[in-house]
Amino acid sequence: MRARTQRPNVVGGLVGTLWLVVTLVPIYYIVVTSVRPRADYFTSNPLSIPAEPTLTAYREVLAADFTKYLVNSVVVTVATVAVTVALSLMAAYVIVHNRSALSRRAFEVLLLGIAIPIQATIVPVYYLIVRLGLYDTLWALILPSIAFAIPISVLILVNFVRDIPRELFESMRLDGASEWSLLWRLVTPMTMPAIITVAIYDALNVWNAFLFPLILTQSADKRVLPLSLWTFQGSFTVNVPAILAAVVLSVLPLLVVYAIGRRFLVSGMTAGFSK
Amino acid sequence: MTVADRVREPRQTTSPPVQPRPRRVGPPLVMSAPAMAFFAFFAIVPLVGVVILSFTTWDGLGTPTWAGTANWAGVLSDPVTQHAIRLSVILTVASWLVQCPTSLLLGVFMAGRQRYRAVYSVLFFLPLLFSAAAVGIAYKSLLDPNFGLGTALGIDWLNKDWLGDPSLSMPTLVFVIAWCFIPFHSLLYQAAARQIPPSLYEAATLDGAGRTATFFHITLPQLKNTIVTSSTLMIVGSLTYFDLIFVMTNGGPGNATRVLPLDMYLRGFRSYDMGGAAVVGVLLVVVGLAVSFLLNRLGGSSRMDSQMDGL
Repeated sequence: MRARTQRPNVVGGLVGTLWLVVTLVPIYYIVVTSVRPRADYFTSNPLSIPAEPTLTAYREVLAADFTKYLVNSVVVTVATVAVTVALSLMAAYVIVHNRSALSRRAFEVLLLGIAIPIQATIVPVYYLIVRLGLYDTLWALILPSIAFAIPISVLILVNFVRDIPRELFESMRLDGASEWSLLWRLVTPMTMPAIITVAIYDALNVWNAFLFPLILTQSADKRVLPLSLWTFQGSFTVNVPAILAAVVLSVLPLLVVYAIGRRFLVSGMTAGFSK
Repeated sequence: MTVADRVREPRQTTSPPVQPRPRRVGPPLVMSAPAMAFFAFFAIVPLVGVVILSFTTWDGLGTPTWAGTANWAGVLSDPVTQHAIRLSVILTVASWLVQCPTSLLLGVFMAGRQRYRAVYSVLFFLPLLFSAAAVGIAYKSLLDPNFGLGTALGIDWLNKDWLGDPSLSMPTLVFVIAWCFIPFHSLLYQAAARQIPPSLYEAATLDGAGRTATFFHITLPQLKNTIVTSSTLMIVGSLTYFDLIFVMTNGGPGNATRVLPLDMYLRGFRSYDMGGAAVVGVLLVVVGLAVSFLLNRLGGSSRMDSQMDGL
């Protein structure tokens, strides 16, 4: 490390600073426009700080059923993540500790699942959901989201379950613990950081998902946040501050998570892809 | 019954009859059944279903009826789809050319331990918090020719109809997609670059290697596996990417940004030709899986194989 820090890295610093500007300008624009009075939007410089910042746009968005969409998003995300994590942990435990050929085969099939592009399967998923009578319900979002989140979640958890010393299992088995209590009393606490990582990774994906809500739901009652942004865009066409206030509000929960658990969020994003 | 069970069995006969039943070693397969069932029903069944539906006529409401190869002949000879295939290839190649070098350089930059780089890294992450819908909507107004960025800085070059001009809309999408995904890929490179042993750099410096030489002879070769993983994700991701393009241009102006996934959506859910959409879906699945496996082979050690090691 010392060798690398002897001279300032001019190229790296330049690329980094340039990208910082590219990253921050749109975000800055979103925030300043969301507090800009609606009338000023058409006259003032889009990157200037508003002379009289206002929260009117936020009030308009909150009045337009925003909280209902927020609740839908929370329900879908929490349900999907809870089921995914529980089922994936069970599967990961079996894959690591059940040495039958069938469990090995199951893992290979799951790994294949990581490479399936979800987008490509929307027609049959739509068909299934319609046939099951689940079209335009929150279940239509939860059930397929669980299925598509399972492969990567299992893959990440397998790597952590494998690190638990086998002696711990042996000794607890000798004490008469059942496999279910091993799962609950040994595997779960020992893999807790990985569970949080997986949960955050899955939550981020579900929270921001757009395609499944677009094709599997229809009514405003079942609308989730990303889809609501798209429909706000239709209903608030000339009220750009309100549209961008909705964008800010949709990011806010994740920003809070980022501020509290940045480490988990960063490791969650890259889990399963870095060695 | 595992080997361990069978070995233990004879001992059972010598133990008192009150001994509890023979203990299975390891969790029962049934414990993985719910996960497998979910995956099989909502991921494997659709994978097979998309192939079957590609041979049917279905408007999305009634019952699909058998159509033979009519959809395939129709879609493959449709100039709209042919155009979409070309656009998808262009989008994928351009995205890779922009994202791969940029995220590699940024990742290596972020791997440094200097305080200001840590601050930069915290901020670089922010785009990952935005949903594709949020990014698309924000950029649409930011790039608005009348009230957007072009009017803000007084730079003539910036004052263009970025999304409305057919020759500009594709490059604009490439840029916005890069804005969304470069943070993710640079995180991969950051993690990988931090794992390069410092001794390699010390040795190179002692040998008199400059910064450029060190980068090309140590950093790049050490990042080879990450380049393969990240490129696979970029290429498959760009081929199948939908959300942002749908929100920003919906394929327009005209068909200027109607890439394959969008072609599939518009066919199926706007023109109610689900059979034709399924044909495009099959193309996406095949290309996506093929690219994944091909790049894994090229990379020598594949992520999937290495994850299987030690099992």
